Amino acid sequence: MTELNFNKLNNLFLKYKGRGETELVIPVLQEIQNIFGYLPQRALEKMSRHYNIPLSYIYGVATFYKYFTFEPRGKNIIRVCDGTACHIKGARSILKTVEDTLGIKPGGTTKDFKFSLEVVRCLGICFLAPVMVINQDYYGRLTPEKVKKILKRYK
Amino acid sequence: MIKRVEEKRILMENCVAVNLKTAEKRIFTSKNIAFLKRRYPRLKLRTGEWLPFESPDASIEGYIKKGGYKALEKVLKMKPEEVIKEIEDSQLIGRGGAAFPTGLKWKFVFKQTEKEKYFVCNADEGEPGTFKDKVLLDQSPHKIIEGMIIGAYASGASKGYIYVREEYFDSTRTIEKAIGEARDKGFLGINILDSSFSFDIKVVRGMGSYICGEETALFRSIEGRRGIPEVKPPFPTTSGLYKKPTVINNVETLANIPHIILNGARWFKSLGVEGSFGTKIFSISGNVKNPGVYELELGKFTLADLIYGLAGGIEGNRKLKAVLPGGASTRFLTKDNLDIKMDYKSLKEAGTSLGTGAVIVFDETISIPRIVKHLFDFYEEESCGSCVPCRIGTKRISEILKDIIEPATVKVGNLYGTDGANMNYLTKLKDIGMAMKESSKCGLGQSAPDPLLSSIDFFSNEYLALIKKVNGRKS
Repeated sequence: MTELNFNKLNNLFLKYKGRGETELVIPVLQEIQNIFGYLPQRALEKMSRHYNIPLSYIYGVATFYKYFTFEPRGKNIIRVCDGTACHIKGARSILKTVEDTLGIKPGGTTKDFKFSLEVVRCLGICFLAPVMVINQDYYGRLTPEKVKKILKRYK
Repeated sequence: MIKRVEEKRILMENCVAVNLKTAEKRIFTSKNIAFLKRRYPRLKLRTGEWLPFESPDASIEGYIKKGGYKALEKVLKMKPEEVIKEIEDSQLIGRGGAAFPTGLKWKFVFKQTEKEKYFVCNADEGEPGTFKDKVLLDQSPHKIIEGMIIGAYASGASKGYIYVREEYFDSTRTIEKAIGEARDKGFLGINILDSSFSFDIKVVRGMGSYICGEETALFRSIEGRRGIPEVKPPFPTTSGLYKKPTVINNVETLANIPHIILNGARWFKSLGVEGSFGTKIFSISGNVKNPGVYELELGKFTLADLIYGLAGGIEGNRKLKAVLPGGASTRFLTKDNLDIKMDYKSLKEAGTSLGTGAVIVFDETISIPRIVKHLFDFYEEESCGSCVPCRIGTKRISEILKDIIEPATVKVGNLYGTDGANMNYLTKLKDIGMAMKESSKCGLGQSAPDPLLSSIDFFSNEYLALIKKVNGRKS
């Protein structure tokens, strides 16, 4: 925890000006997550003091939305789609391949913090089902073999 | 029997079709790469993977060259009432799922005397199976922006928001860039094109919440609160974002606006059929050979034309079992409905709805109860939990379906697992489904039971076969 660099936070607070406006909460939380990869408690406490917004309110908002996380995550975030279209095209076998290859379950992170795995519902590219996204790259029409090859690239 | 279907493209005329077959042909073979590179110099090509790429419409120069922002120039010379009249005459219906007349919505907000009004574009396309808005956002962002400016002028709004879901991180960048370009050219900002009208748009990113596609939840999310829907009325047209009168339109609805303004309501009504004028973008996915987005005139084609004519039929030449015609939260259609015309009225008469136009096709190998269970896992997770019927209903339905499908996991003492051989699972499912439909606060709880209830109507034999197994195990 001590290694966290909070200098970036001050720049962020300069960028988003305001006091007490709830409108700022989600964009600022998004930026904090961009900086640290997750929402560290100390950052949220600083945010609460700076904007004069109760910490409970910030946590209330952050826990509502699925993509805010409170634990450090891996360098590469894998999102396997399990929407209706992907599901019937074999999303489960894709997910299982990722799980077996990396040894983590959805929501988990590998010990070396290289990968985190998430299951999402519908990425909006159903015509390529089954689909996954690693960081910001789309991979479509997946097969278990293809998944293994793709994962190797990120190792 | 099946017509050769020709796509009538209006909204997507400059978009590259994301029909997989052609996309692959266009993108991946070396022969076409040279051609594509000439035509789209900014296109990034990478073999092996699909990349969303830019259409000529995506840059402001390309869009203006094709007559873009001409509609805005025209509108600024008209009175707001005239603009609203034109849209009302076109009988354009909202394309986001609720099918509310767009002109009427604008009029309601226009009539409000409050000074501050908002114009919101709903790009939180979360309905599983829907990807039409993504194509428009990626490939024609300026059309949406132009539609928004026109709508804001007509309804008297001075501030606009585009709420884009988190999963569309690339579309968010595209639309932000497009807004910057439009601002530089004077289409957005203070005194647009030297008129007295000022309007600006802000992009807001969602953070992964299905319920935030519901309009009142979306407003709360923009306001920086938990995305929990509010009881309607009051409707957004009187009390929406920050409790001010607000227009909220879907991406595809807005993309229609510049065309209607330029070509007139009469032209728009020459497309489609009575009650459903214009075109609709259908996103077809599931067990079909060529999944993709197809823009069609409403009511001129049947479901069979869509599945067999455009999407190439069922994979592996298997048989069709069921279709969800308007996204996951609509009632199932079966092979008996193949001749149904694809428009708002016909689908309503068949008891389902056109919804978002996301056609999900299931072949004979798919177990419908399992699909419904899969959907309810999703609803259970995405229910915001503020009203009881939805919070408890999705959970109970999910549990019962789990009991039916995975009897091995049924624990002794489980509420639904102990009442003997003659389990009334189906009655219980129906009861809870109906209660949800009738008493839930927002569209999620009201429409989530639709696939369940309709699947019990059409595929009760599948449920009964599973239930028989459960009972057999117990006795």
